[in-house]
Amino acid sequence: MPLTDLPLTLRPLAGPLPMWQGAADAATWPAAAHAVQEAGGRLVSLWGKMSARASVAAAYAVQEGLVWLELPLADGAATYPDLAAIFPAAGRMQRALYDLLGIAPEGAADTRPWLNHGAWPKGWFPLHAGARAPAPGALQDYPFVPVTGDGVHEIAVGPVHAGIIEPGHFRFSVVGEKILRLEARLGYTHKGIDALFAQTPPEAGHCLAARVSGDSAVAYAWAYCMALESIRGIAVPTRAQWLRALLLERERVANHLGDLGALGNDAGFAFGLTRFSRLREDWLRLNRAAFGHRLLMDCLVPGGVAADLQAGERDALRAQCDAVETEVRKLKAIYEEHAGLQDRFLTTGRVAPPLAAHLGLAGLAGRASGQAFDLRADHPLPPYDALGVNMATHRGGDVAARVTVRFEETLESLRLLRAMLEDLPEGACQAALPPPQGGRGAGWVEGWRGEVFVALELTPDGQHIERCHCHDPSWHNWPAIEHAVIGNIVPDFPLINKSFNLSYSGHDR
Amino acid sequence: MWNVIKLIARTGNLSEPGPQDAGAIEAEARRIGAELLGIVGRAVAIRELDAGSCNGCELEIHALNNPYYNVEALGIKFVASPRHADLLLVTGPVTRNMEQALLRTYQAMPQPRLVVAAGVCAKDGGIFGASYACRGALAGLLPVDAWVPGCPPEPLDLLRGILVAVARLKTARVEP
Repeated sequence: MPLTDLPLTLRPLAGPLPMWQGAADAATWPAAAHAVQEAGGRLVSLWGKMSARASVAAAYAVQEGLVWLELPLADGAATYPDLAAIFPAAGRMQRALYDLLGIAPEGAADTRPWLNHGAWPKGWFPLHAGARAPAPGALQDYPFVPVTGDGVHEIAVGPVHAGIIEPGHFRFSVVGEKILRLEARLGYTHKGIDALFAQTPPEAGHCLAARVSGDSAVAYAWAYCMALESIRGIAVPTRAQWLRALLLERERVANHLGDLGALGNDAGFAFGLTRFSRLREDWLRLNRAAFGHRLLMDCLVPGGVAADLQAGERDALRAQCDAVETEVRKLKAIYEEHAGLQDRFLTTGRVAPPLAAHLGLAGLAGRASGQAFDLRADHPLPPYDALGVNMATHRGGDVAARVTVRFEETLESLRLLRAMLEDLPEGACQAALPPPQGGRGAGWVEGWRGEVFVALELTPDGQHIERCHCHDPSWHNWPAIEHAVIGNIVPDFPLINKSFNLSYSGHDR
Repeated sequence: MWNVIKLIARTGNLSEPGPQDAGAIEAEARRIGAELLGIVGRAVAIRELDAGSCNGCELEIHALNNPYYNVEALGIKFVASPRHADLLLVTGPVTRNMEQALLRTYQAMPQPRLVVAAGVCAKDGGIFGASYACRGALAGLLPVDAWVPGCPPEPLDLLRGILVAVARLKTARVEP
């Protein structure tokens, strides 16, 4: 049992991963955060809900697993103790929480709106029961922190960017080409997903979860299904567990292939983009043939997977792993030997390990900055427990390190995929769903970008979703980009940004 | 560098000839596309705009530039500025936070201008619908020339949608 030194009553949550849940009070709320930090744990997510009264919740990753703490606020109270001073990543989550729910951290340093750009009125909160959509308002300017001094000027970029990418605004304060400060403003793709879950039947929530961030459809659907299955006590058949992991690794490889090509391109090496985008297209076409969807959306369903893998496609998948590995190894050698490419990659956009630890840098980017966390290795579910995952880490923290980790993870995923295809257990690929049941459950999955977390609460009869919170690792990593670019030149920003490849949609929700 | 050249030589040209798996409609669309290219004498310039998508549509639009679809060879190119664009390719359920940027991008385009709604979200809001955060259907805000079905639309369908819209531009031009 984690956090035993605190006056907390934690009870284990049902489900395949070691997770605990409990209630905190205003004193134990910051005490727990301190205890987690001192023990080397990290904040996974922070969110809130409004039922009879408001409450704020936090999920922590500790040695033993995950702790979900809830702090119910007193009737009429609208504030809670600030966590941003302990975990900086909490800052934006608390600002988002205020915009959705109207409860604020006491004495927080930054209280600017985050998701509410003025499109809905101040003082109207989407997650209040019975909140009805107001008429759209005019968008408000955002008070960026000004930087002054001789020769300092601002460059404003976005929300519409030059390329085919998601919208967000970046405000650079520069001297000449050198970046003094970057401040991002996000929230442009806020779709009201949290409120939408309350109108979604629990059995259909995985489709909405898969669309929180389209490049992580499998990770989100799996996390949602894990939460729902834990509440309802659904035992997922072994074959379905293996197929889910197979889909997750296919998603990881597809994204890494795309990123490795784009990173070459952003450093002026178009050859890399051509080669990797060809591999990615081959990969997506086989996704379509074997699983019915190029991005694997809706391939996971509560109870298992939507469709079984056929024998012929199993051979095709295996053959593709071999073909892609041969090609990736060649390209890896080319990338490593290319002086021009390495010149752009090395020392660019560095987040040193101590800073990464302080900011809670998550997932792939975290591993490239010495943060050795990977749920597949730390708390392996079947089939990862049987196969063993070799975590890829690096201490460089620069673009080069993030490229290297991507190469290594791609090759490791190909190894895992081959092993899964070799030993795929026979049996059913979907369990029947038992009658609805209320309660709460959580899902925690290592997506390609980092840990995806879903906290699900159903009404007592189990018929409706009371609250479903989806967390993207981009919440931790967006603030880190603002540190990574300091002292770099403006033309390196696209390269640095791509090396993180964070989700706007997953963050804005 | 030798390894790079060797790999290029071994792989050869992968580009496919465009949407021809297709039937008469696509063949016709291609013919009109080629005709338009003849009239305009240059590529069709597209400004892509994410109005709140989950990023799935963007991934598939990206795929159009890979060596298989190779859209630049079909006379289609993606441009950075709306001032250079003939066609606005919009994805997502039009979040309220993106509405203003969408309208300004459209207004910045020279006339005649085309709008293609890509994916179910741009059609009617898709799974996100209309809410405090989303406007839903793109057609409620801009005149839409073509809609591409799918969640997300596959690259070939995107190509078809673009060609259908381009065909409308030709009709608009010959009308008095």
